[in-house]
Amino acid sequence: MSIYFTLFWEFFKTGLFAIGGGMATLPFLSSMAERFPWLTQEQLANMIAVSESTPGPLGINCATYAGYNAAGVPGAIIASFSEVLPSYIIILIISKMLRRFSQSKYVSFAFGGLRPAATGLIAAAAWGIVSIVLFNFSAFASGGIAAVFNIGAAAVFVLMMVLTNIKPLKKLHPLYFIAFAAVLGIVFEL
Amino acid sequence: MRRRVKRKMEKANKPSTRLIDLFLAFARVGMLTFGGGVAMLPMLERECVQRFGWVNNDELTDYFAIGQCTPGIIAVNTATFVGSKQRGALGAAVATLGVISPSIVIILIIAAVLNGFADNPYVIHAFAGIRAAVCALMVNAVVRLCKSNVRDWFGLALAAAAFVLTVVIDISPVFPVLGAAILGIFAGMFTERGGKQ
Repeated sequence: MSIYFTLFWEFFKTGLFAIGGGMATLPFLSSMAERFPWLTQEQLANMIAVSESTPGPLGINCATYAGYNAAGVPGAIIASFSEVLPSYIIILIISKMLRRFSQSKYVSFAFGGLRPAATGLIAAAAWGIVSIVLFNFSAFASGGIAAVFNIGAAAVFVLMMVLTNIKPLKKLHPLYFIAFAAVLGIVFEL
Repeated sequence: MRRRVKRKMEKANKPSTRLIDLFLAFARVGMLTFGGGVAMLPMLERECVQRFGWVNNDELTDYFAIGQCTPGIIAVNTATFVGSKQRGALGAAVATLGVISPSIVIILIIAAVLNGFADNPYVIHAFAGIRAAVCALMVNAVVRLCKSNVRDWFGLALAAAAFVLTVVIDISPVFPVLGAAILGIFAGMFTERGGKQ
């Protein structure tokens, strides 16, 4: 079986069964590393580090990196495309159905409950990221309340909260805040 | 209400969405999203809601909710939804390609040329700063979503329940989403009947 077909099949399965976003693809990648010579657990760890320090969805970054390691540029493209293919098809179907049933009162009732709950889920996911970046809860035992904050990150966070909410800067593209924070990170060696 | 009518009229007057706009908007989202998933919410809001008016905050929340329960990457699912709403299957393909192409290019460059990229001290420091800024952008986006989506006590209870269930008990988001949809149907039928009597 050619390597390209193997890549297509493995990443198609990953895209089909990984429910809940990028991080959900990791168990599938780990199982690939166990079964195939072209991916090792060490590469997987590197890949996660690289994915976290580059923009873009984590799942795509991982697929591109693994595909490239296995079979060069064509491998990278095949892996990424086959990972998004299942969700593309599924979402297209759901989207068509939603439009067809958009007049139904039951669909609008369901979304009436769904929207606030989804907002809670989004807040929970955001909290997951915020708590890792800004806090260090395990330090509470040794250093007390002050050690719990990642001082540098917390300072940048507070500064950005202020900047993004004052009138003239509010309308700026998020890009500017991200770039400014990157400079702050380098200057203050966060 | 008046604002909503006005927005509808503006939409009717606008020519149909160009594919190149879909591609470029989602390429910007893909290029500037650090961390994936919810971290892309501020960028999506900027491009799809504020800049182009393709969807409103309600629809964006719907797409996230559905994306949590369907396979695949949430960023990609949202791109497919928005593209499909604007220009059908072709639009969905273009938007999806847009959101993944920056990643493919950047990762290929790093994998081919930059060995030890993730160990470079400048990269590490820059990303420590970026992560803190992304947190602030995310908090702002979540506050805006709460304002537009949580309108009454019923909504607040559902939002709080979903938050607590996933943070404290760490259950799969599929259950809060399905549960809330069912509760929403019951609540809708109940208030409808109450209104008629």
